[in-house]
Amino acid sequence: MKPAAFDYIRADSAEEVVQLLAEYGDDARILAGGQSLIAALNMRLAQPRVLIDISCVADLSRIRVGNKNLTVGAAVTQAVAEKVVQDSNNIPLLAQAFPHLGHFQTRNRGTVCGSIAHADPSAELPLCLVTLGGAVNLRSWRRRRRVAASEFFRGVLTTARETNELVESVEFPMPKKQARYGFVEVSMRHGDFALVALAGAVSDQGVRLGVGGVADRPWVETLPTTSGDDLDAALEDLAWKLDARSDQHASARYRRHLVRNLGRKLITELSS
Amino acid sequence: MKRLRHTRHTVAIRLNGIDRTGECEPRTLLSDFLRYELGATGVHVGCEHGVCGACTVTVDGLAQRSCLTLAVVADGREVRTAEGLAPEPGVLSELQAAFRRHHALQCGFCTPGILMSCADFLARVARPSEPDVRQMLSGHLCRCTGYSNIVSAILEVASGNEDSPDA
Ligand code: FES
Ligand code: FES
Repeated sequence: MKPAAFDYIRADSAEEVVQLLAEYGDDARILAGGQSLIAALNMRLAQPRVLIDISCVADLSRIRVGNKNLTVGAAVTQAVAEKVVQDSNNIPLLAQAFPHLGHFQTRNRGTVCGSIAHADPSAELPLCLVTLGGAVNLRSWRRRRRVAASEFFRGVLTTARETNELVESVEFPMPKKQARYGFVEVSMRHGDFALVALAGAVSDQGVRLGVGGVADRPWVETLPTTSGDDLDAALEDLAWKLDARSDQHASARYRRHLVRNLGRKLITELSS
Repeated sequence: MKRLRHTRHTVAIRLNGIDRTGECEPRTLLSDFLRYELGATGVHVGCEHGVCGACTVTVDGLAQRSCLTLAVVADGREVRTAEGLAPEPGVLSELQAAFRRHHALQCGFCTPGILMSCADFLARVARPSEPDVRQMLSGHLCRCTGYSNIVSAILEVASGNEDSPDA
């Protein structure tokens, strides 16, 4: 339960980070808050040769509430982002999701971008990012690119990020007028990874329901209606489509049950 | 940029108000550095992957898992552990005294971590409700108490009215 040896580099700028990534490639891992990475190092699931600590990089520590997006830099902790979200009083989905995200002791160090880059299929932030239709800004030594959240998550702990790229920031779209947002989650204890997490956005343009913890990545479905048999049928299809697996915490059947029932409850609440 | 090879380096922190230095490799966890280099064995280590909360300390005032923090990352920062809570030898802090009164510990393994979480939590949330306290405690595992007595002790201190003197 101790990490294997590695060299440690504390970077001072984003420029240095991408330079180091170009130099070390696969041998390096980015250390932001370390709330997933250090656990993986302790269990020797990861044994990088070099750790690049970005937690003190000032130009990655910016968070900005704009008209269109909430933009969060790579070194911004979840606790800082949570405070900005609560204070702005205008980002309802994230405001509801944050308290579920680990524990306050892990949010104090864990970063928003780290959770996105880690891409655990039951994590809350990737689910919110995909449900809101957000984007991930990637930067390497040679180029910058912006990837839609729907394209970014590729599977369990797998993303569109190349090994020489840094998740420089992520963009959560600000809420649409007249839309209503909700988040619910079932987990073993409060703050643990979700057995099933649901993020909903209901507006006159339709219903978007994001599901975490079931498929191999956060999944968003557009549902045809907000009530009645058609909604039940759509949720039934969705529950089966996600190809739920059983593990020691919950059976596939229970996960499908949660998708159907919590989904209906959430959408009914949001559209009443 | 600061580069440290995988060999031993000096790490300096301010531990419970006193400047301390020790040596460790970059891979050394803050929990091990505190226990083995600096002798702060009030830092308990249960799971070493962030689940149990026994190793919680504050770094620059923020409660966090010392098993998920590298000692080299904490270099230059202010770290507090349960050893620093008592105002003087033989005298318990208000919260420690409340834990004792309420029988909020049995084996005591989880206790130092919970006390350090409370140090941060009570500084931010002036009048927490019971659900607030239980949510904060969700980051800790206690195998003995069933949590109820811990909740009562914390709520009593948070409300500022201890009804019985330190027994
Ligand atoms: S030992 Fe750190 S959380 Fe369990
Ligand atoms: S008192 Fe024994 S684990 Fe909490």
